[in-house]
Amino acid sequence: MKLTCLSKGSGFHFPPCYIFTLCEFKILLDCPIDLSALTIFSPIPTGGSYQAADFHVSDISMEDSCISDSNEPKRRKIEKTLQASDLIHAEPWYKTVTNLSLWDISFIDFVLISSPMGMLGLPFLTRNNKFSAKIYATEATARLGKLMMEDLVSMQMEFKQYYGSQESDFPQWMRWDKLELLPVALRKIVMGEDGADLASWQPLYSAENVKDCLQKVQTLKYAEETCCNGTFMIKAFSSGLEIGTSNWTISCPRRSIVCLSSSIFESAHAMNFDYRSLQGNDVILFSDLSLLHGAIKDAYGNRSLPTSQAQPAYDFSALREGNNNEEEFIKSLVNADESLEEMDKLAFICSHAIDSIKAGGSVLVPFGRLGIVLQLLEQISLSLESSNLKVPIFIVSTVAEEMLAFTNVVPEWLCRQRQQKLYSGEALFGHVELIKSKNLHLFPAIHSPEFLMMWQEPCIVFCPHWSLRLGPVVHFLRRWSGDHNSLLVLEQGVDADLALLPFQPVAMKVFQCSFLSGIKVEKVQPLLKMLQPKLVLFPEDLRLQIPCPSTNSFSFLHYSLNKTMRVPRLRNDYEANLATDLAFQLEPRRTNQENMAIARLRGKLFVDNGRYVLVSAKDPIDTSERSILMHWGSPDPSLLLVALREKGIHGSIDRDRSVLEIYEPNKALIEFHSTHTVVSTDEKLLATLIFEAIGSVLDGI
Amino acid sequence: MAIECLVLGAGQEVGKSCAVVSIGGKKIMFDCGMHMGHLDHRRYPDFSLISKSGDFNNALTCIIITHFHLDHVGALAYFTEVCGYNGPIYMTYPTKALAPLMLEDYRKVMVDRRGEEEQFTSENIMNCMKKVTAVDLKQTVQVDKDLQIRAYYAGHVLGAAMFYAKVGDSAIVYTGDYNMTPDRHLGAAQIDRLQLDLLITESTYATTIRDSKYAREREFLKAVHKCVAGGGKVLIPTFALGRAQELCILLDDYWERMNLKIPIYFSAGLTIQANMYYKMLIGWTSQKVKDSYATQNAFDFKHVCSFDRSLINAPGPCVLFATPGMISGGFSLEVFKQWAPSEINLITLPGYCVAGTIGHKLMSGKPTKIYVDKDTQVDVRCQIHQLSFSPHTDAKGIMDLVKFLSPKHVILVHGEKPKMATLKGRIQSELQIPCYDPANNDTVHIPSTQLVKIDATETFILNSLNPNFECLKRSSHSESKSTNTDLLPLKQRKEEPVAKGILIMDKTKRAKAVHHDELLPILGVEEHTIQFAYCFSVNVDSLLLIKPDKHSIELSEASASSPITESGGPSNTLSQSTDSSSTKNELPFSDKHSSLHLLFLKLSNDLVGPKIQEFPDHLQLESFHVSICRGNNCPYKIKEFSDGNSIVSFCCKWSLADEKLAWRVISVMNDLESLTVHEL
Repeated sequence: MKLTCLSKGSGFHFPPCYIFTLCEFKILLDCPIDLSALTIFSPIPTGGSYQAADFHVSDISMEDSCISDSNEPKRRKIEKTLQASDLIHAEPWYKTVTNLSLWDISFIDFVLISSPMGMLGLPFLTRNNKFSAKIYATEATARLGKLMMEDLVSMQMEFKQYYGSQESDFPQWMRWDKLELLPVALRKIVMGEDGADLASWQPLYSAENVKDCLQKVQTLKYAEETCCNGTFMIKAFSSGLEIGTSNWTISCPRRSIVCLSSSIFESAHAMNFDYRSLQGNDVILFSDLSLLHGAIKDAYGNRSLPTSQAQPAYDFSALREGNNNEEEFIKSLVNADESLEEMDKLAFICSHAIDSIKAGGSVLVPFGRLGIVLQLLEQISLSLESSNLKVPIFIVSTVAEEMLAFTNVVPEWLCRQRQQKLYSGEALFGHVELIKSKNLHLFPAIHSPEFLMMWQEPCIVFCPHWSLRLGPVVHFLRRWSGDHNSLLVLEQGVDADLALLPFQPVAMKVFQCSFLSGIKVEKVQPLLKMLQPKLVLFPEDLRLQIPCPSTNSFSFLHYSLNKTMRVPRLRNDYEANLATDLAFQLEPRRTNQENMAIARLRGKLFVDNGRYVLVSAKDPIDTSERSILMHWGSPDPSLLLVALREKGIHGSIDRDRSVLEIYEPNKALIEFHSTHTVVSTDEKLLATLIFEAIGSVLDGI
Repeated sequence: MAIECLVLGAGQEVGKSCAVVSIGGKKIMFDCGMHMGHLDHRRYPDFSLISKSGDFNNALTCIIITHFHLDHVGALAYFTEVCGYNGPIYMTYPTKALAPLMLEDYRKVMVDRRGEEEQFTSENIMNCMKKVTAVDLKQTVQVDKDLQIRAYYAGHVLGAAMFYAKVGDSAIVYTGDYNMTPDRHLGAAQIDRLQLDLLITESTYATTIRDSKYAREREFLKAVHKCVAGGGKVLIPTFALGRAQELCILLDDYWERMNLKIPIYFSAGLTIQANMYYKMLIGWTSQKVKDSYATQNAFDFKHVCSFDRSLINAPGPCVLFATPGMISGGFSLEVFKQWAPSEINLITLPGYCVAGTIGHKLMSGKPTKIYVDKDTQVDVRCQIHQLSFSPHTDAKGIMDLVKFLSPKHVILVHGEKPKMATLKGRIQSELQIPCYDPANNDTVHIPSTQLVKIDATETFILNSLNPNFECLKRSSHSESKSTNTDLLPLKQRKEEPVAKGILIMDKTKRAKAVHHDELLPILGVEEHTIQFAYCFSVNVDSLLLIKPDKHSIELSEASASSPITESGGPSNTLSQSTDSSSTKNELPFSDKHSSLHLLFLKLSNDLVGPKIQEFPDHLQLESFHVSICRGNNCPYKIKEFSDGNSIVSFCCKWSLADEKLAWRVISVMNDLESLTVHEL
């Protein structure tokens, strides 16, 4: 097995991407795109008064809201030169995984998708004729991924209408002379550290591409077992990150692998991380890099994360040294703290939202995380109710209606509390009631007359896109950015300074919030221990954060970006099954070694669901195959003499020449050497008899 | 190890489905139903046969429920809460959501209407359902280390599933009720081609073959439309779930198309609420219905409203869905009593009614008077329409499924005895599969597959799948992708070559299959070969007597033109080396070399088939090797030959593999010798 990490991604919206070779098949794990790179483009100007060039970043006046008291709010000014006019004024292109574009995609045999975010780049592959891999994703992932892609396509339409259809395949902004004029910060996003990233930019796929792509995706149910090419079995288990997200297990005749992606133990909407089902596999590919991105943000000293990142005091040593039993581990892994913490964050957002509304402002939530939106809808409507406020909530998105309807028909992928609602006949999410009671309104676009009819301020608006470059959010931001009573809630991972650049000056409150998007650092070790692998493929970058203690029963191999790593074989032999009827046909014979017997094996071998099965061959056995295959040991002349005598053959031993001379029934000679014996006779029958006699005093099969 | 199937219910009858299967040390109960036709102890399966002591937790590994119909789940709450079973229970999400409604509805009918002593309480039902683990279709569930189960779509009703269970290498499928043709809201049953030791299938319509469904649906709609157009009332007794929704989709759609305004009622809040469940579980319906969820959920009925008791005798036409389905009591019986005496009214009956219910009485003939209990008699003047579409598969569907799965054994349950016997005969004669139709409380024993787990070395696997793997692999490197994957060793190939190797059985380790070449290193020994050798003398003159025939003319064209005694020797490719040896002026030796060539000609002439290779100092025929023997003391010269100038000794060696060939060559050479003797 060979593994290459193609991209470490960054955060929830840009999961990592790997390629590995298994049983001679090339498997691509996820195919995301870096949507945060969209920030280099300028949003479409709206209204005549707007002059992008008027604003300079120097007059940033954002209010930093901060929940955390431990983290000093750090404010960093972008280099003075960066202005809104520096952004690229063109139809946005999309940044795919650079290192993937260096591979010949025609050699990929399978693609495993673990989240809707991990499939946003798929149409770029499937629209290429050379691409012929089979793609697997869970039903829910494929459905949500489809909606997210369709949303991107429809938001892109606005640009197409504004800039007109592109004439050339090579946009102006990608020309070297233009690139050189770009400010350093933007150039770094366009080209990467070494300029290689330039090759990864692609114009967005079309609705037709998305449709074709989805047709190529083989969807699976929860924990459905599927056999790929008769060789390996794959299964997807919930990772808890989002509805439909999954951790894959792959088992082939000599290996079993878990692809452990970003997972959440206790989710308030999606089905919990099903870690039990991942137990007992040989290799774990640890691809939860959420910890990594938290760390990088801090190191770069970007905007502070308003929510508490401080880990609660955690008795790690007690956990490790304490009882080794599984119960303890599970207790430590699954505590309600995680989901409570997340609920607190939502409650905090709600209280700020209520404050803004009370002050007459509106609230804009351009979240990309479906789960957070669903929960926030429920929370915020409760908060509004309890504060006796009656303001409308809008969701403006071309796919909102289908997305919300979908969430209400996938009980199989939801957490236990939501499933309980199914059993008691209630809607799975609060939005069903909110829509019915006309507190929540869904609109595909802001241009519809229905929307204008319903429109009232203050209000709460959920809309895409979190990059603040595409979709209805641009219009709402332009409307409210100057209103200091209004509130903008952003997710962590968005470079808020850059994102807000075209909307400066921003008077509205900006509030950035991080949500749990993977396994917490203190849970990694206990989890790995419980999963009982033999080998863990671990990111080099997390080596310091999570050291590998020598007490572990498993070993670590550290992988780095774009370096192909050979994963040693753990088993030399294949597992196979022998049919009983064939087992009964065996004619075992003892060997001179104790406890060991050997038997000739003859049957048919086939692969059934990734397992080798040997059954008896139907066709009759060729008599020539009955004969002895080989001998070993060395014949004892005196024993041989006895054996010969039984067959009516007589001779005498000449020890000096180490030969045995036969004189009856006819002359013949047997000559002994260390690794062979020569029989000399011109009589066929005699030769056969002597051969049999020698065979009987040798070991053989 | 054998598989044992104890049929506790639905053996040669319909009702109280319950089969307990022992497989590889595990005991699984499939369905835990009740019989609607009995009111005494016979309504439940005889659980005492599972465990005399009543210790069901140790006796059973798990319970699997296929769908929410009472004859499949009716006894569950009783079994868990009253009999005390606490182990795992599996059913699909819809079944877990809908089964409690069915149980509660039944409990109410029993207690509230019939005034019976209650078998289980509402609380019992709730507690029972808490023990249930819901599964998704095709989800592979590891019940314990050895037992794996999986649900497959069965059609029939929402959430109905066939269950696959596997322990070790033995596997079975229990179908529950299924439908092989899609209906208004559900798809057709779907299952993988599995390797099965046993298939337990329902056989409700063991002998019926049904035609197109649409004609029968039209018939139903026509009957309903005619009745309401004439101002009559239509009573549709159904179970709360399943059939009600299917007919509702049908009617709602028809009403819309025909622009009818006549009200369609649902008898109780129960069924309206049931629609709520259907809406959330739309993912379990047919593809067509599923695709519509975002814009218009198919279970948002436009024309349906709830019914009030006061409306029973309200004037004007209407359509009413009322429970229970077979008019065995409850609200449908109450309405039946009111509506049956009027000839303008219509009562539709489900396709199947259990013996003893009013539905059954109405179906058998056309009665004019019915005793609903011993004092109440109802005049039946209304029209009766029997729904001829049913969510069960017909005989063709059963045969198709059995043929598709090709299990080693079939057990029929859930059918009527004589019809089952017919179907059993067909399965045995047409498909050559042993088939059983046990009665209740009978046990069927069947043998099961067992596989021995072994290890196999890479060389063994590669050689067994594709003996020429090595050379193919080498060539594949340079070739294009498609051939590359085609040649991959693990691919399934159409023709599977015979796997040959050696199985090493070590008492302390798992048995291991190895390739021949790997055996000796593993045993730590060296091979000892047995060779054959023979050295004999031939008068070289006898070789001269051989006339080169057409076979060898071309071979020795050049040499034939010149006399053999010339020192030039054979003028083929090998002449170079022969010449060099001849220049040493060792004429006899050179002579001997040419005699080797003469032998070559002779053998080529006499042996048709095998190709002889000629080398300067020897001839090679497979492992058979002939050279001129130089020493006089050759140990393999067993027989004495008279010495002479023209005598040449040929030393032959061969191994066992080419035994036959060797003896043919030797016989040729022996002939030569005898010839020599006679000629000289």
